[in-house]
Amino acid sequence: MATSPRATQQKFEPWTDPDAKPYVRIEKVTKKFGDFIAVDDVSLSIYQKEIFCLLGASGCGKTTLLRMLAGFERPTSGRIFIDGVDMTSIPPYERPVNMMFQSYAIFPHMTVEQNVAFGLKQERLKKDEIDSRVNDMLNLVRLGQFAKRKPHQLSGGQRQRVALARSLVKKPKLLLLDEPLAALDKKLREHTQFELINIQETLGVTFVVVTHDQEEAMTLSTRIGLMNHGEIVQVGTPSEIYEYPNSRFVSEFIGSVNMFEGRLVEDEPSYVRIGCDDLEAPIYVDHGVSSAPGATIWAAIRPEKITIGRDKPDATDNWAAAVVQDIAYMGDMSIYLLRLDSGKVVRVTQPNIYRHADDRITWDERVYLQWYPESPVVVTK
Amino acid sequence: MNQGRNLFRTLVLILGFAFLYIPIVSLIVYSFNSSRLVTVWGGFSTKWYGALLHNDQILNAAMLSLKVAAISATLAVVLGTLAGLVLARFGPFKGRTLLSGLTTAPLVMPEVITGLSLLLLFVTMEQIIGWPAGRGMTTIIISHITLTMAFVTVVVQSRLSQMDDSLEEAAMDLGARPHKVFFLITLPIIAPALMSGWLLAFTLSLDDLVITSFVAGPGSSTLPMVIFSKVRLGVSPDINALATILVAIVAVGVVIAGYTMTRQQKQKERDAQMALAANQQMIESVKKG
Amino acid sequence: MKALLKRVGLQGRSVVTAVPYLWLLLFFLIPFVIVLKISFSSTLIAMPPYEPLLHWTGDKVLQIKLNLGNFAFLVEDNLYWKAYLNSIWVASVSTFFCLLLGYPIAYAIARSDPSARNILMLLIVLPFWTSFLLRVYAWIGILKNNGLLNNFLIWIGAIDQPIQMLQTDFAVYVGIVYSYLPFMILPLYANLEKMDLTLLEAAADLGCKPWQGFLKVTLPLSLPGVRAGCLLVFIPAVGEFVIPSLLGDPGMLMIGKVLWTEFFNNRDWPVASAVAIVLLLFLVIPMMYFQRAQDAEAGGVHR
Repeated sequence: MATSPRATQQKFEPWTDPDAKPYVRIEKVTKKFGDFIAVDDVSLSIYQKEIFCLLGASGCGKTTLLRMLAGFERPTSGRIFIDGVDMTSIPPYERPVNMMFQSYAIFPHMTVEQNVAFGLKQERLKKDEIDSRVNDMLNLVRLGQFAKRKPHQLSGGQRQRVALARSLVKKPKLLLLDEPLAALDKKLREHTQFELINIQETLGVTFVVVTHDQEEAMTLSTRIGLMNHGEIVQVGTPSEIYEYPNSRFVSEFIGSVNMFEGRLVEDEPSYVRIGCDDLEAPIYVDHGVSSAPGATIWAAIRPEKITIGRDKPDATDNWAAAVVQDIAYMGDMSIYLLRLDSGKVVRVTQPNIYRHADDRITWDERVYLQWYPESPVVVTK
Repeated sequence: MNQGRNLFRTLVLILGFAFLYIPIVSLIVYSFNSSRLVTVWGGFSTKWYGALLHNDQILNAAMLSLKVAAISATLAVVLGTLAGLVLARFGPFKGRTLLSGLTTAPLVMPEVITGLSLLLLFVTMEQIIGWPAGRGMTTIIISHITLTMAFVTVVVQSRLSQMDDSLEEAAMDLGARPHKVFFLITLPIIAPALMSGWLLAFTLSLDDLVITSFVAGPGSSTLPMVIFSKVRLGVSPDINALATILVAIVAVGVVIAGYTMTRQQKQKERDAQMALAANQQMIESVKKG
Repeated sequence: MKALLKRVGLQGRSVVTAVPYLWLLLFFLIPFVIVLKISFSSTLIAMPPYEPLLHWTGDKVLQIKLNLGNFAFLVEDNLYWKAYLNSIWVASVSTFFCLLLGYPIAYAIARSDPSARNILMLLIVLPFWTSFLLRVYAWIGILKNNGLLNNFLIWIGAIDQPIQMLQTDFAVYVGIVYSYLPFMILPLYANLEKMDLTLLEAAADLGCKPWQGFLKVTLPLSLPGVRAGCLLVFIPAVGEFVIPSLLGDPGMLMIGKVLWTEFFNNRDWPVASAVAIVLLLFLVIPMMYFQRAQDAEAGGVHR
């Protein structure tokens, strides 16, 4: 293949187009179970052919939101539109939406073929058409030779494909996936991730995926919706969420981060300086920040954005002195834990560029950390 | 030390099974005793079986009991399954506690109370609306259904709670309406539980004495009623013969059940092997890229 | 159209709920109300042999004739409250021995080889599928004066004369324990079989000897099973009729027999009803306790 399947993804940004109509519109949806608020006033727009991931920890409301899209839960308030139609009170068997369950939910008393054909039978299609569509789908997911087997004769990965085939054969407008990769062997997970993306692009279906695994979300999604305590905290592409988190929560949830708490020492439209008690030098950020004067703010710096050197830098900002506390050698990279003079521990990762480095930084060495002015992300909440 | 525990376990099992089975074995042995004084051995004989087969009273009663048991078991399964479905799947609703209580109480309620109350109901109903007219097969069947459906409910409810309900959700997601989901997905999966529920209801009905005595009418004597009136007066060898026949039927049933279970077990093991092999295959093919 | 479908959907559920509900209301609950009503009535030589509670007097006024005499009768005549107490005593003792016998058996099976377990349980349950009546009858043959047990004891020289075992309280205890044993074993086994054995391994690892592991881990965890088993035996045993009739002394005071006699021999339906009501009152609390235990185990309340 000449071009990578995701080359087109660079230009796939319907959410930036003001004229684009969202395929799924979740409008101020709240779901309460008694006094417990599972989903709190959520509004989202999802566009056609996206892979949209709802990411969050257990109990953040992502599964409840997914189930409301499927029709298994009714919103306490708010509305849900799919392709322009108000689906809020429509039962699941009347929605053009299909779901892939976390447990796969393959019917144990039916063969693979019968499982995949089930949805089509409910549509009362002709037998010939059902047979041919089932056949095509089984070949797409590479289960053709297992058509007559029963579910307990299949491996976990194969059962997942049956679940996928069963949902996709109905050509749904929207496919919902509940933790699709959670139950797979680690070796299969990466492979299946790319397979899912390929299938999605081939068929052009819109995916909404629920997951608690950030790696999964980062790999699969066109956009991520991060949830916490029933609310959507931030929506964006994987790189937007990683490099431009809007809060401490987001920056700490995705990947690892070093968080420096401080106050604005200089506040200009084109730059700010943040004074931090843990650092000798202030943090200079090359853009303006909107924050109340004197309020506490945080600067988040990712571990890979910090360099370690032996020579004291002669810059006035963006450096710190530290002692190497721990090193974890991972082969492709090393993780350093460095203790600042204030006692705070900073995490830095560096690729092991040199194979024969006899001069590598070692434990208890006194070193200097540096970063670029564009690297810190300032968050105010 | 392990051996000591094994010894204890074996001893307990031997004594326990001895206690359970010696009475049954004694029934069987003395059914072949030619002497009428059941426990004084007079030589081997099968004459009591012959006497049994010519005893019209017992044969008619057996016929009636079997008919009643079959009908009431079937209806009890229908009602009990509905009740089990409601309690396991319909979530909280007004009156759920009462329903739960009504399906639990018959399990433990002393039969003298249930029997008396049912009879008084039938008498009152006859006074008010003229039905049921007199006590007979109908009243017995209604009573047996009421008693045994509680057992079916317990079996079905327990099976449904064990079942993954995402199967039913998946079916709805694929376009099946709730009643189709029940008949196409739920029912086939819980079918074994329904079968054992039917057998349970059948046995309980066949064996019931107290409730039946209250609600039966003249001319409708069930097998337990006939047996009871005979054994009140002392031992009777044709009853031993009857018991032996019954035990034989049950034993055959149990053997078949045991055999089926072992075969299913072996099949499951074979399927698991197949799945494991398939998994290995997949991982290999992924590694090769 | 959609609104109509919604109504049908809701109605579908209501119908499914209503069918068993109505049946049980009519054939289980209402009968108790009738029993209550008749317990307040008095005997008539008629069919049905009791006076109606409500009737119209000469000047067309509805009059309720509540006769508390039946209940007073129960309190005054020694027979009744002695029978109640004796029944509870007998049921308690039998339950205790049933537990003593049933627990080791359930435990032994639960700790056997997994492949053997199913077969063993099948063998435990087999007697249950044969007739209750016939199994009680079997004990007549065993406990008689020239029955199996006496003949055996004489044969091995333990006694010279047969011991009176039939038509004693002892026979009733044996009968109840024997007949209700599967009801004790089943919930106990279900509980013990599900127990996580690694808990015992952890206890041993922390220094517990096997019998300590049993007392501190297995026994407490098996209490729900013990509770279910005991209630499954105790509650019906209180009202037992067949076993005391066939195996016990004719004068033995069990409330099941009393109720039967009042009804069939004395044809005194109102008193029989009063006996039933009082018995029910005794059993309400254990029965509620049982239902709560059942609900906890069944765990069926869905979203």
